[in-house]
Amino acid sequence: MTAQEIHDSLKAKFGDAVLDAKLDVMQPWLSIAPDRMKDIAFFLRDDPSMQFDYMMCLSGVDYNDGRLGIVYHLFSMVHRHKIVLKAFCTKENPHVRSVSSVWGTANWHEREVFDMYGITIDEHPDLRRLLMPDDWEGHPLRKDYKVPEFYNGMKVPY
Amino acid sequence: MSETKTLPTEYVSHPGEIKSSLGHTVRTDEMIINMGPQHPSTHGVLRLEIVVDGEIIVDVIPHIGYLHRCFEKHAEHMTNYQQVIPYCDRLDYCAAINEEHSYVLAVERMLKIEVPERVEYIRVIMAELQRIASHLIAVGTFGIDAGAFTPFLYAFHDRELILSLFEMTCGARLLYNYFWIGGLSHDLPPQFVDKAKEFCTYFKPRIKEFNDLLTYNEIFVKRTANVGVLPQDVAINFACSGPMLRGSGVNWDLRRDDPYSVYHKIEWEPKIGKGEMGTVGDVWDRHIVRMREMEESVKIIEQALAALPAGNVQAAIPKRIRPDAGEIYARTETPRGELGFYIISDGSGTPYRVKGRAPAFVNLSVLPEISRGGMIADLVLIAGSVDIVLGQVDR
Repeated sequence: MTAQEIHDSLKAKFGDAVLDAKLDVMQPWLSIAPDRMKDIAFFLRDDPSMQFDYMMCLSGVDYNDGRLGIVYHLFSMVHRHKIVLKAFCTKENPHVRSVSSVWGTANWHEREVFDMYGITIDEHPDLRRLLMPDDWEGHPLRKDYKVPEFYNGMKVPY
Repeated sequence: MSETKTLPTEYVSHPGEIKSSLGHTVRTDEMIINMGPQHPSTHGVLRLEIVVDGEIIVDVIPHIGYLHRCFEKHAEHMTNYQQVIPYCDRLDYCAAINEEHSYVLAVERMLKIEVPERVEYIRVIMAELQRIASHLIAVGTFGIDAGAFTPFLYAFHDRELILSLFEMTCGARLLYNYFWIGGLSHDLPPQFVDKAKEFCTYFKPRIKEFNDLLTYNEIFVKRTANVGVLPQDVAINFACSGPMLRGSGVNWDLRRDDPYSVYHKIEWEPKIGKGEMGTVGDVWDRHIVRMREMEESVKIIEQALAALPAGNVQAAIPKRIRPDAGEIYARTETPRGELGFYIISDGSGTPYRVKGRAPAFVNLSVLPEISRGGMIADLVLIAGSVDIVLGQVDR
């Protein structure tokens, strides 16, 4: 399926959950309402004409304009088509619904996004920091992140 | 030993019901054991928190991040795109060339530049040499995990020969910075082609020898067959890739299925696990996939050396690289699986965001799924068969 067809069929099924789309770029993407992410993910995985069974990548992004986002790169081993989904949220209300019940691989990726960007992944089975220590303060990959001077009373050398 | 070692579904523990011959009530409740972060068989600084009931694994909780070096943050703070390449080397220090390959491919696709054909061939040769070197570490250390020390020495001896080829080409033995955006840092030295051919001739019988020594060794087979079985659907759901995925019988290789470089001009085939010694997707299958991939890599190298065209090794690219604002996700097949780079450009001279989708990270996340119900002694083998490099897991 082309990105246009995927967009049309999602639009027909979920209507206003598909917020925006950019289809004329090298890797077309659709923007999805963050609270509807899981329903759409289940549809994309299980619908016979979609069958996006393989999540290549899940990345957090700070767009530096008050928005944070999660980017999902999906691929279908069966039909060999790709699509990119994006879920945007604001820094004041950073909530996106988890898709780790849809694709098992999302579990660690979402923990990393929570760790690095401070996006709360709703309904995640195990939302803990992944790479940083549990008692670390702040979310390092945010563009406005300042390296703390002290960590647990120890001077951070850089 | 050949039966499947999984927990029966009706299995329940019975705390306090076992008595010694003198009548003591023995505690049989669950216990937590820590493996790592400093443990030789975790292949780096990985901590596994293991919940065991006797010898049976109830759950495994991996704790990672001990080698986190802020790769993604660093990449955003470089002064240009080229400076990220040495950091990519350090992601997977066992297969640095393959990491560079993925990154330069992503940037070249963003810039929409074609590299000269000679560059593509040299890249394929280098990537496959590196794949052999990396698989040699994987199978060698895996042998140690299983209790066989000698094969490790064989593997490292042969790996040294490959590293000498790299040293001859770019001066470095481990972290090369050899693939540059639009080309390579150096052309091949004049004697390289002969030396590489010599290596291929030497190495082919060595694979057979290694198989006789380790792969088909009866003790090794008994230790590895039917252990840590990763079913196909779980492998895909957890986005496993590389030998992990192919070991489970999925015929999938990005070099063939999402082609890049000149792999489509070369005759070779991906190898998959068939469950020859036990179940499809067990630890032995992942091992044999690596062994057979080395044979395929030798084939690729020989063909690429024969077809190596003359020419320039650097495409004409602007001095200051500024891709148009946009984003790309490019992926290549590294020894550990699908390495992808998701790069966002805002039109300036530095990447706005670089995300490395590390195959070792993704493959490791399936470890609890395939260890539950197994024996604790097998966990070392299961973790070894995933072939993690902690530099890549933690980035």
